[in-house]
Amino acid sequence: MRSLDNAVEVDALTRVFDVSDPWLNRMIERKPRRTLRAVQEVTFTVPKGRTLALVGESGCGKSTVARLVTGLYPPTEGAITFAPGRDGRPMMAQMIFQDPHASLNPRWKVGDIIAEPIREFRLRSGEAATAARVSELLTTVGLSPDDARRFPHEFSGGQRQRISIARALASEPEFLVCDEPTSALDVSVQAQILNLMRRLQDQLGLTYLFISHDLSVVRHMADRIAVMYLGRIVEEAATEDLFADPQHPYTRLLLDTIPDLRAPKRDRAPSGGEPPSPLNPPPGCAFHTRCPQAVARCKLERPALTPRADGGRVACLLAQ
Amino acid sequence: MTDPVLEIRDLTVEFPTRRGTLTALDAVSLSIRPGEILGVVGESGAGKSMTGMAVLGLLEPPGRVAGGEIRIAGQRTDGLSEREMAQVRGRTVGAIFQDPLTSLNPLFSIGRQLVETIRLHSPLDRRAARTRAIELLKQVGIPGADERIDHYPHQFSGGMRQRVVIALALAGNPRLIIADEPTTALDVSIQAQITALLRRICKEQGAGVMLVTHDMGVIAETADRVAVMYAGRLVEIGPVDEVLRAPKHPYTRGLMGSIPALGARVERLAQIDGAMPRLNAIPPGCAFAPRCPQATAACALTKPRLGPAGAACILLEGEAA
Repeated sequence: MRSLDNAVEVDALTRVFDVSDPWLNRMIERKPRRTLRAVQEVTFTVPKGRTLALVGESGCGKSTVARLVTGLYPPTEGAITFAPGRDGRPMMAQMIFQDPHASLNPRWKVGDIIAEPIREFRLRSGEAATAARVSELLTTVGLSPDDARRFPHEFSGGQRQRISIARALASEPEFLVCDEPTSALDVSVQAQILNLMRRLQDQLGLTYLFISHDLSVVRHMADRIAVMYLGRIVEEAATEDLFADPQHPYTRLLLDTIPDLRAPKRDRAPSGGEPPSPLNPPPGCAFHTRCPQAVARCKLERPALTPRADGGRVACLLAQ
Repeated sequence: MTDPVLEIRDLTVEFPTRRGTLTALDAVSLSIRPGEILGVVGESGAGKSMTGMAVLGLLEPPGRVAGGEIRIAGQRTDGLSEREMAQVRGRTVGAIFQDPLTSLNPLFSIGRQLVETIRLHSPLDRRAARTRAIELLKQVGIPGADERIDHYPHQFSGGMRQRVVIALALAGNPRLIIADEPTTALDVSIQAQITALLRRICKEQGAGVMLVTHDMGVIAETADRVAVMYAGRLVEIGPVDEVLRAPKHPYTRGLMGSIPALGARVERLAQIDGAMPRLNAIPPGCAFAPRCPQATAACALTKPRLGPAGAACILLEGEAA
């Protein structure tokens, strides 16, 4: 299904981490090696100019996927293929991180932070052209060219996230991985950043892989949504289809638990249970320990992703 | 009409610094009745946590209460000595903080921490205190409480740990519970469990709860009334339904518009441009005036007071009369 319309294709991606105790402990305490399967057989494509969101709770592997796609971790198995970009070479991916306080070097001036990728990739010849490009980038993200001379601590959280975005755009990427870009921000500032990201996507034709735990933000940003649970995609569909007809019980649980401002569900009985440890995932369908509809078969058989009627995919024995 | 468990009148908190005195809370007034959950929302630095800390008597020096009064269950607590305040904390007021990992001592089993807290506030002996501890753990919904009581904090998940912290806060049977971002460190599905637990405990025990959070969703699902703070001032207060459905203050309106809705997707979110002023640069009139789309010349000069309509905005003063 390789197609030139897809910016990135991810095929059966698996990442295993070795979380064993140190060698001496293993020898003395006779403990076996332990591995954590953070991401298992994850397959998805992101069409050019579109946004795919990965959602799930902490530990579901969504951030690991982000790091695999940007090459910060090598995959254990599987392949990630980027489509050719504007210059014919594979598209370049860049990342926007969650915490704008931790992802900017406090000793560097903003101008140098943004100029680093330009200098590194020799995208402009000469300092004058680089400085002009930095000013242009700062203006694009809604800051002033004068801000290049200031240090990160002089900016608020929202402004710092704008600087992160300017830095990510500096290498002229066509694909951006955004790992919880607004979850460290206040809501009124979150709206500014989300609006900026939508505008940049329209102007520059960017493709986003958007990682978030916040379904209301995801609904605003994404064309398609993939829901992850314990390292696997359990359901994937176009945003409107997923909200209109969630077929996996976990997706339903997530949709049910997000507080809705306009129609608060005050008296609903909260669903019980917590995600199991990814170190020791349950057999069969990983969700059966919390699933209200689970039957005996769910404990034995791991459901495969099967097509939904609307072109999405769902991994549930009962949805078939 | 029962007496409020918490009454704050014109509370002002100041931080004297070398470059002048910063006003972190500016004449904040609110009250909480027994069995009521008051949500306090605002952006970082708006003073919502500061309000909770002032009530608990835990302001970081050089911060100090510079004016106004705090009454907990009828007793005036601002100006109490540290020793007297320690008597009030735990017994009359319980506290739940954001990160359950830092509010529990990792070196002691949760049973030991609970028993210590219970015995500090009541004359029970060790055995009776342990029975009471198991009771508390059951009450906050920890399965297998008689076994789990001997476990250490790291053996619990985040949600379960927060339940333990709630059990600790309940140990002294407090009349008032200050919950500062109790669900922020938790996943959404766990968050719903904890807010439901808070509501249940508040109704069962008749305790008043001050729920400090930045998350409007949590407020919508948990609180009875809500107080909106901006730059150290209370800008709007009222029943949750009214404030969320028909916000009066321009800041609250902007805030509500900037939250992506679940129901429908819009092309562009309403945004409030700019950022909240820093404490050393709060404008003389209305603190929101520089960002307010409806601001008039008068807004920059007159500091608005919280009117009978429940909002501090001079543009609304005509309407309320």
